[in-house]
Amino acid sequence: MANLKQLAAREDLLTGGHRACAGCAAPIIVRQVLLAAEHPVVVGSATGCLEVTTTLFPYTAWKVPFIHNAFENAAATISGVEAAYQSLKRQGKYDKEVRFIAFGGDGGTYDIGLQSLSGAMERGHQMLYICYDNHAYMNTGIQRSSATPLGAHTTTSPAGSVIPGKKQYRKDLTAIMVAHNVPYVAQTSVSHWRDLTSKVKKALDTPGPSFINILSPCRLGWGFRPEDTIELAREAVETCFWPLYEVENGVYKLTYKPREKKPVVEWLKKQTRFRHLFKPGNEELLAKVQEHVDAEWEKLLQKCEVE
Amino acid sequence: MATKELVARTGNEAMAEAMRQINPDVVAAYPITPATEIVQLFSSYVADGLVDTEFVTVESEHSAMSACVGASTAGARVMTGTSSQGLILMAEILYIAAGLRCPIILAEVNRALSSPINIHCDHSDTMSVRDSGWIQIFSENSQEAYDNMIQAVRIGEHMDVRLPVMVTTDGFIISHGLEAISMLEDKEVQDFIGPYKAAYSLLDVEKPITAGGLDFTDYYFEHRRQTAQAMKNAKKVILEVGREFGEKFGRNYGFFEGYKLDDAEIALVLLGSTAGTARVAVDQLREAGVKCGLLKLRVFRPFPAEELAEALKHLKAIAVMDRSDSLSTAGGPLFAEVRSALYDLPERPAIVNYIYGLGGRDITVEDLEGVYRELQRISGGGQVQETIQYLGVRE
Repeated sequence: MANLKQLAAREDLLTGGHRACAGCAAPIIVRQVLLAAEHPVVVGSATGCLEVTTTLFPYTAWKVPFIHNAFENAAATISGVEAAYQSLKRQGKYDKEVRFIAFGGDGGTYDIGLQSLSGAMERGHQMLYICYDNHAYMNTGIQRSSATPLGAHTTTSPAGSVIPGKKQYRKDLTAIMVAHNVPYVAQTSVSHWRDLTSKVKKALDTPGPSFINILSPCRLGWGFRPEDTIELAREAVETCFWPLYEVENGVYKLTYKPREKKPVVEWLKKQTRFRHLFKPGNEELLAKVQEHVDAEWEKLLQKCEVE
Repeated sequence: MATKELVARTGNEAMAEAMRQINPDVVAAYPITPATEIVQLFSSYVADGLVDTEFVTVESEHSAMSACVGASTAGARVMTGTSSQGLILMAEILYIAAGLRCPIILAEVNRALSSPINIHCDHSDTMSVRDSGWIQIFSENSQEAYDNMIQAVRIGEHMDVRLPVMVTTDGFIISHGLEAISMLEDKEVQDFIGPYKAAYSLLDVEKPITAGGLDFTDYYFEHRRQTAQAMKNAKKVILEVGREFGEKFGRNYGFFEGYKLDDAEIALVLLGSTAGTARVAVDQLREAGVKCGLLKLRVFRPFPAEELAEALKHLKAIAVMDRSDSLSTAGGPLFAEVRSALYDLPERPAIVNYIYGLGGRDITVEDLEGVYRELQRISGGGQVQETIQYLGVRE
């Protein structure tokens, strides 16, 4: 695995000058992913922030071949690209060694694109699907998704006088991907570059399909200062809200264990989307968030056989 | 010239055989009645090593077309097949395939749309995506389905066109009807279509492209205009390819085919398998001295408006037969196009519209004779009583 100095010497394959918000985690994630790839890659993306901010015609931020098709079909689209590759290679019409990566936000992955993703994973294409999970439909203006955490305010789960934000827990997509029995599934965070890049390398070296879920703080949707993106991601990991782990051929491994598990409120209080939870009367809801984090963390520790 | 003896093939078999001989790089498809057989047969060709195709067994038609777009953008020759609900589930990506200028070939078996759910023939599915930027070619029988599939490759991949093409048959009537057809040798097909060389490919990693970028108000219109131009260019290419196919294999193809049309005073305009029934009606009425004819339209997109006007201008009365309803209350989709095409004629024929055969309702020689009799009455000076009528339905 390349060290930071070696990674820094590699060419950035997503140029600056794209139109993502200051402090957006998605382009940082993409750059880390592309730095970790040791073969040429073809990239696909679902409709979403990443796609609209990097491909505004006649410009493109991508120095690798890139395709955007629609919102719900990044996985199916890349599976088609990979099928073309396999066919042309088998026929002796193409001889390069290439890797295939699909990116989708949580909207394009957890929700509208779940069927397409499930199909592609089951079919066993040589592809890596990466979800940059920012917890809501940010591109259309912060609407809730099935990745939005309990209690979060979004424009379609607003914190009102009767209902205090989103009423449901998040869907555990990483677990759903594990249930597909694909060779490699991982969860990582933009704050942990070494964890992220080594997981991407591992995924790209794995024969068959792989999936990585990456926490991608959104300064607009979450409500924090643009310079705090990495800090917000780190805190999600330190509070065990977003554990870093991988599942290789069915075997769970915790790849990072916080020295001291911080209370989740430390992370919640830095985001305006949770502001209402700290008003009197919502103590129970805050406790519920903590209980859920604790329970999920305990389950994960058991799966990883960590004390 | 193909001189092979005739073989018995259903429409689905004929289309699948054409796909085998075309030997595409990628097929991504999902089964749906009455097109399932095409997918099944093609799977067996893959399993038996008869083709080089990477067959992507997707989980829906939406993913089928999505994978086709990915594969086509990666420089592969790509085909698929579907029908009805499958086609309209693809609809979103059909537009993208055309916009990204992917010359994908789709074997489409015309079937009614839900609701009520119905598996039998009408043209509602194909008509519902008529403005998606796909070239649409209708077939009257298995032979035409086979020939059209082979020509579709040349038409769609032509550098002046680069648009996707759907070749349609009529559900069950053609798809499951066994007919004698003349097939070409595998080599004849390969020589006719030639190898595919994409203008751009995602796999060209040294020259990376960005496909499917975002256009705002400053570029979207220009890109749409280019697609419109490609459709315009397709008219010339369709005729060239049809002519070349005729020269090589003895079966000529144009935008449409007239039957006893030149000296006719009244005629039907229709699509697909009903043409055979209409020919019988024409023959019977001709024996009785009625100057009637038929125009069977083959290419619905691009719509050959000027050519149709030229071919129909001498008529006194026309009935446009629509096997789908736009529910616009202003007639079926074929009627709207044909009527519009005739508008600039100095002397326009009288024109009426019949919506018929929805959900596979049978259309008989007697039904069509009745239509001709009504045209006779109109051409003899009678008033058009109802411009749009439903034929063969209990009211």
